[in-house]
Amino acid sequence: MSTHVFNVNGRRVSVECDDSVRLLWVLRDLLGIHGPKYGCGLNVCKACTSHINGTAFNPCSVPVSDIKESDEITTIEGLAASVGKDLHPMQEAWLEGDVAQCGYCQPGQIMAAAALVKEKGADISDDDLDQIRNICRCGTYHRIREAIKAGAAKM
Amino acid sequence: MPAHRRAPAPEAAPGQTSSRELGRRRFMGYLIAAPTLAVAAGGAWELLTPDDASAAIPSPPQPSDAYDLGDLQNDAALPTAYLIKIVINEDGTASFAMPRAEVGQGITTTVAMMIAEELDLPLDKVTVSLADARPELMLNQLTGGSNSVRSLYIPVRTAAALARQQLLLTASKQLNVPVEQLTTAGGNILTPTGKALSYGSLAVPAASFTLTSTSVLVKPTSKFTLLGTPQNRIDALDIVTGRKQFAMDLEVSPDAKPTMVARPPTINGKPKKVNNLAAVLALPGVTDVAMITYGVAIRAETFGQCIDAIQVIDVDWAGGTVDGQSDESVEKKLKAAQLPLAVPNLLTKSVDTEITFAFASNSPLEPDCAIADIKGGKGEIWSSLKVPIWAKQNIEEELGMAPGSVTVHVAQGGGSFGRHLFHDVALEAAEASKKMGKPVKLMWTRTDDFRQGRTHPMCVAKVRATYALGNVISYEQRHTSVRTDFTHGLGEVLTATAAKSPLVGNYSFAQSIFLLSQSSPYNFGVTTQLLNEVDLGYNTGSMRNIYSPNTVTAEELVVDELAKRMGKDRVDFRRSFLKDERLKAVLEKAADKGEWGRSLPDGVFQGIALHGEYRGAICTVLELDCRPETVNRKIRDAVTGPRVTRATVVVDVGLALNPRGLEAQMIGGFNDGIAMALTSSLHIKDGIPLEGSWDNYFYTRQWNTPPEMNVVIMPPTTGEPGGAGELAVAPSMAAAACAYAQSIGRIPTYFPINHGTLGFEPYPLEPSSPNSPTDGLTNRI
Repeated sequence: MSTHVFNVNGRRVSVECDDSVRLLWVLRDLLGIHGPKYGCGLNVCKACTSHINGTAFNPCSVPVSDIKESDEITTIEGLAASVGKDLHPMQEAWLEGDVAQCGYCQPGQIMAAAALVKEKGADISDDDLDQIRNICRCGTYHRIREAIKAGAAKM
Repeated sequence: MPAHRRAPAPEAAPGQTSSRELGRRRFMGYLIAAPTLAVAAGGAWELLTPDDASAAIPSPPQPSDAYDLGDLQNDAALPTAYLIKIVINEDGTASFAMPRAEVGQGITTTVAMMIAEELDLPLDKVTVSLADARPELMLNQLTGGSNSVRSLYIPVRTAAALARQQLLLTASKQLNVPVEQLTTAGGNILTPTGKALSYGSLAVPAASFTLTSTSVLVKPTSKFTLLGTPQNRIDALDIVTGRKQFAMDLEVSPDAKPTMVARPPTINGKPKKVNNLAAVLALPGVTDVAMITYGVAIRAETFGQCIDAIQVIDVDWAGGTVDGQSDESVEKKLKAAQLPLAVPNLLTKSVDTEITFAFASNSPLEPDCAIADIKGGKGEIWSSLKVPIWAKQNIEEELGMAPGSVTVHVAQGGGSFGRHLFHDVALEAAEASKKMGKPVKLMWTRTDDFRQGRTHPMCVAKVRATYALGNVISYEQRHTSVRTDFTHGLGEVLTATAAKSPLVGNYSFAQSIFLLSQSSPYNFGVTTQLLNEVDLGYNTGSMRNIYSPNTVTAEELVVDELAKRMGKDRVDFRRSFLKDERLKAVLEKAADKGEWGRSLPDGVFQGIALHGEYRGAICTVLELDCRPETVNRKIRDAVTGPRVTRATVVVDVGLALNPRGLEAQMIGGFNDGIAMALTSSLHIKDGIPLEGSWDNYFYTRQWNTPPEMNVVIMPPTTGEPGGAGELAVAPSMAAAACAYAQSIGRIPTYFPINHGTLGFEPYPLEPSSPNSPTDGLTNRI
């Protein structure tokens, strides 16, 4: 057991646990932050997609000891505040397009989309969209693609 | 016994003998004794609708044309419909604990719309939660068969209309204004002079002290202002902010700690002995270890530590139920069990084909998860369950507990696709909790979901169609499948409604489901479609659209082949043989919107397919890019292959209550269908699926989904809502299959088309679930 200190959604947190515990479980089971979902624990389904210092990553595959004190972790719960708004433009686009069905993958989808647009800029191509690995088992892909384009225009 | 269960038989109400008054339908209902206004629909509709086709034994060639699975479910739900209750609260909201599961299909939104419509209440003032298991509802708490909207449409609107009527009568007394002069809008009663009384202020005065039977007129569809308009999901904001809670997110008790299960390298193997119990208990975070029926449950401070312990635990296992079986051995057994075709192919020309469909997984993205707290002869469960009454009764029985001792709460589901018809995970959680004497939050790993979870079984479709002189003389289809498990209660439904079912003879439950859901839409002369099942010991269950994706794919491939043999265009051929006007209409619209026959580059092929089920009609047109540069795209850990580049889905559900939700179901069903045709299957080897992650089981991904997708919703036809959740799967699979058949110039014999090539390196069978990677900061894509 050791103490791990870092920042989550603008808040400093301190957690006691073994070094090897993956960040996803520190967030979900120890800190009660449930937006990032477990869909595989294998860095495949991307349902837990969150941001570390503004870029997308999957906490299911990162031991908590890899997180530095200065690191800023943002989950879906902190996305809007990271741009100083009640809702991030990508969340608004998701609402306007009524993208979600069951909603289980959507926090991860939105986090992936926000990071993608931040990286690539507003001009998102079909090729860019084809690179997104996040799974939606409800098959909402079409609306995800439309929402990312709409959200990108407002970011 | 709750007051509302002591209901007297409803007396005939004024107007009851005339079921339609100026297009409005009068239904029975009850005012329920409660602190605020509470209403329920009545149970006497059969008196009102004597002419319904569902009451008669149909004469058409196939049973499901006149009486389908949904009619049977509706009839099963009818006797207990009056137990469905809507409450008006003092804050002016209406609430309804819906006895159905929400798993993404959007029924909470559609049902909230029904209530808001009848009550003249804003949609955001309606709350729809998921009811606990209520055994008194008997057959009226099963979510399946795309039947929720169909079965709730009349009872929910009746109850809401009754609430409105009672609020009006109460306001009339309070204001001393004749009720005819009062109107309702925005959750208020309005007088001619502009005075407004809110529903909230009337909730208590309108409450009934006794159970009172009465009748009410529901709005005619022509007066709908909300139903029929596109509405967003009522839980959309919770979803995009991460607030929507699934079973694994519920914090019912800090002691309900993460629990996962170490499993055998076989299906249904049982643990004999844990060889290193002390070592496992000494692992960081691990609190409890207990043998359960099909594995060893490990409880820890975090799920990650459960996964760590699965890597370490050493268990002696007994054998499983399908050890040694493989895709090849199962296919052989199925082909040996086929029912014979009756029409000889000697005197006429014929199309003969036999197609194998691989096992598929119905696992949603949310892994199976349940919270259970069993102690002192009492228990409480939280899980996404589509048949919660059966879950409750079965768990009580399996654990040797008294009937009524376990309370079952239904959680929001992160998808289902048939998986949550069964409560395997809830039973495991209950068993683990009882053995450990502590509450548990038990979740399956992703690998468990694919390897141990229920499957859509392998099946073989054999079809013979004979033709001569421009006509199809006979069409015979023999569907042979590994047994689909229906023990979740449809069997009871069938028993309970046996008198109304048009099926005569000693059919098995599965055969009955098959006959009530299958119907050839074509005038192909003598038509027979029969099912035979082989029980091979697999864990199976219904997957979205059950038999239809396979049967319709086989049929539409044969239709294309018949068209080719007769020298006809595929759309022209369908137009001349279709029986049903609604199917003809969606065909024309889809051919138009999908630009049937337009010029395409070499290597890009169109496919078209039709389907009628759930009282709906649907046609899909798609374009499949089979050019080498597309097929051979390199994406890591992925199946690329032919890609659907453009899709058009035209759907007629009779009456679309929420077109935006309906469109969503079409898009989702489409992506399921093309996955079954092109990319996704389970490979069985040595008695267990090889798949262990979403990069093994190739459900449609962004690089497979069509960049261009168009859904067209037809104007109302029947005036009644049909089922929507499963409707798009079959024609989408079939259209993709038909386009692919064009590209290879023959009917494929195996689906999905990539099944013969294993596109991944399987995870080992032991440990039963792999550990999580540790390179997530460097391996980001």
